Amino acid sequence: MTHEIIMAGFGGQGVMAMGKILAEAALKEGKNVSWLPSYGPEMRGGTANCNVIVSDEPVGAPVVSEATAALILNRPSLDKFEGDVIPGGVLIINSSLIDQKASRDDIKVYYVPANDIANELGNGRIANMVMLGAYLEASGAAKQDTIMEIITEIFSGKKASVIPVNKEALVRGAACIK
Amino acid sequence: MAKELWKGNEAIAEAAIKAGCRYFFGYPITPQNEIPEYMSLRLPQEGGVFLQAESEVAAINMVYGGAGSGARVMTSSSSPGISLKAEGISYIAGAELPCVIVNIVRGGPGLGGIQPAQSDYYQATKGGGHGDYRLIVIAPSSVQEAVDLTQEAFDMADQYRIPVMIMGDGMIGQMMEPVEFKPVAKRVLPEKTWATTGTGGKRKPNVINSLFIDPQECENHNIKLFKKYDEITANETRVENYNVEGAEIVFVAYGTTARIVKNAINTLAKEGIKAGMIRPITLWPFPTAAVEAAADQASVKAFLTVEMSMGQMIDDVKIAANGKKPVHFYGRTGGMIPTPAAIVEHAKKVLGGAK
Amino acid sequence: MAVVFDKTKGLTDKPFHYCPGCTHGIIHRLVAEVLEELDLVDNAIGVAPVGCAVFCYDYFNCDMHEAAHGRAPAVASGVKRVHPDKTVFTYQGDGDLASIGAAEIIHSAMRGEKFTTIFVNNAIYGMTGGQMAPTTLVGQKATTAPLGRDENHAGMPLRVSEMLATIPKAVFVERVSVHDVKHINQAKKAIKKAFQTQMEGKGFSIVEVLSTCPTNWGKTPVESLKWLQENMMPYFPLGNFRTPEEEK
Ligand SMILES: Cc1ncc(C[n+]2csc(CCOP(=O)(O)OP(=O)(O)O)c2C)c(N)n1
Ligand code: SF4
Ligand SMILES: [Mg+2]
Repeated sequence: MTHEIIMAGFGGQGVMAMGKILAEAALKEGKNVSWLPSYGPEMRGGTANCNVIVSDEPVGAPVVSEATAALILNRPSLDKFEGDVIPGGVLIINSSLIDQKASRDDIKVYYVPANDIANELGNGRIANMVMLGAYLEASGAAKQDTIMEIITEIFSGKKASVIPVNKEALVRGAACIK
Repeated sequence: MAKELWKGNEAIAEAAIKAGCRYFFGYPITPQNEIPEYMSLRLPQEGGVFLQAESEVAAINMVYGGAGSGARVMTSSSSPGISLKAEGISYIAGAELPCVIVNIVRGGPGLGGIQPAQSDYYQATKGGGHGDYRLIVIAPSSVQEAVDLTQEAFDMADQYRIPVMIMGDGMIGQMMEPVEFKPVAKRVLPEKTWATTGTGGKRKPNVINSLFIDPQECENHNIKLFKKYDEITANETRVENYNVEGAEIVFVAYGTTARIVKNAINTLAKEGIKAGMIRPITLWPFPTAAVEAAADQASVKAFLTVEMSMGQMIDDVKIAANGKKPVHFYGRTGGMIPTPAAIVEHAKKVLGGAK
Repeated sequence: MAVVFDKTKGLTDKPFHYCPGCTHGIIHRLVAEVLEELDLVDNAIGVAPVGCAVFCYDYFNCDMHEAAHGRAPAVASGVKRVHPDKTVFTYQGDGDLASIGAAEIIHSAMRGEKFTTIFVNNAIYGMTGGQMAPTTLVGQKATTAPLGRDENHAGMPLRVSEMLATIPKAVFVERVSVHDVKHINQAKKAIKKAFQTQMEGKGFSIVEVLSTCPTNWGKTPVESLKWLQENMMPYFPLGNFRTPEEEK
């Protein structure tokens, strides 16, 4: 099984971090992984995206041109990446910021109000974790528990207080997948 | 040790430190900034020196000084910066100094762009600077390979007294992959008796130099260099053959492009088309013999060279194929990355035409 | 209806790409207004640097060259020697001018090349993501000086205006800032004077402008203006270092 994922949004929405956490978790589960970021001056306030591959096989091209899933956090990214999802693939749209509907009908589309949920949880910055929770539920690319292990490693020490809310974000995201 | 996720640029820097590199001289340029940034933090922790030069011209000459003084030295840059280093590289090659130079290639010519490219192949393998000289040019296709080969590069450089270039692209520099730092096979390395360390009154002065004003001496020096280059060609040529046996079409691709080609090969296999790949790991010395062998192989109808350039390595493939089999080209450039689908399509076109 | 604010003809309609709160935009506007007020827009040829201002070739409404990193003064020398009757200027950052291009600016000044340089000193490499510049202050953190600039390792920040003022044919040298309206007005006066000096054929002219980089300083735009004032201005004092009148 190979998961080829595009994650995209504005710089500052935690798109890169979300991709890294998934890659770290999948690696911990013994998978082959790669994480490839967009780079350059476009990062400044512009769009940011990364490609993550999680596979039982050695990873070939690190660039995702035929995505099994796309996690889209802002409107410009929807226009840009919707077409890259393979038929039968998964498209998760952050409906808090994107009022547009997907134009494809050959893929599974989920609308996740990620920012609204994050705000409800009292931490606007974890919308990315809501999206990731939804994706894990839709794909099984990694286990929620492994993601939590990685988050626990990242936020050890002083920042440990934000660990529980990350967990909640993953759970709430997962609940959006029916 | 368990595998850890490392960003290509930082992994290369750490590999250099693990290989005993303690001096880094560089100048910022995208997409390789993580190398000097990492070195600025890590080298002082190891008792080494990171110095940001005022330019790439200065940086490569700091390398000249450091290497001539007997240390393991590295610099890194990206295409426009490597152009500026060209003069220094020629001097380093002429003075036979060991060092490692990283080029995380971006689109050109001129200011070009900052996205991944392979359009510095000629510059790396055919000169770049003036004079008859060669660099060992290594083109890793994964972060793990970049780590392994960077460590080995320092040994190669010391063994042959030659600059070694690690040639990646923005993709390999920026991506993260699982990495394990492993010790490299030990080589017998000559003592650096030629280095400037101060005579201490115990030996004749050492002179680091590339000037041979007498033409006969200069020719002799060139002949000596080329004996060394022949030795390197015999000993250090590296190549990966992937599914070449029985292949109808053989791709030739290096670095990250080779990974994209692998995806294409797998797709072709599903459609019943047998495709293989020759992946040069050293671009110089070029694995001529591997291409020759494939050209002699009855199953092979054609070669298809795939590069992120307008076609540079294809010249070496053509020389090696020597007209025995047609050599085709597919490339994207300026920071555009070929897709497996486009490569598959092109391969089918080639095979259609080759029948 | 009276027009209270009109966009200068010195700039194109292209929106700037600068980060919010970056003062590169203000400096562009000042240069453009001066070109318009001196009626030079149609006669000007500018040279863009490599740095955040690289795309200024799309913003200034005159002929432009894009130079290699640091080489703008050499390119401008070539342009001016071919077109001695035109107004030629370079627009350069501190990495571009004071690091990789240090030789070019010094020798252009030495030759008394009759062009004007706008030197934007933001004490950092903006474009490439916050590496140390020759003008980075001692103790200031940068991605290649993670513990702050150490003067015993990297030396002291280069005072470009003071250095160039020692060169006889650098006839107009002034350092200004754009952190508030008063200083913006003074900056504009200096830029105007620099271009006038060029038009009068007197020699090389340069205006060093202290500028902010909120993104790589890790500060808000407002904090950045304050930081410039409190930290950069003491080390890089504002003022005129050379005027052609002095020569008499
Ligand atoms: C030969 C060469 N070396 C390095 C670079 C990378 N580079 C681009 S902009 C820049 C520094 C920009 O800093 P500065 O001149 O201070 O301008 P700012 O972005 O701060 O306005 C560097 C090092 C390059 N383009 N060419
Ligand atoms: S990086 Fe700094 S100098 Fe560049 S546009 Fe942003 S704020 Fe301005
Ligand atoms: Mg600067």
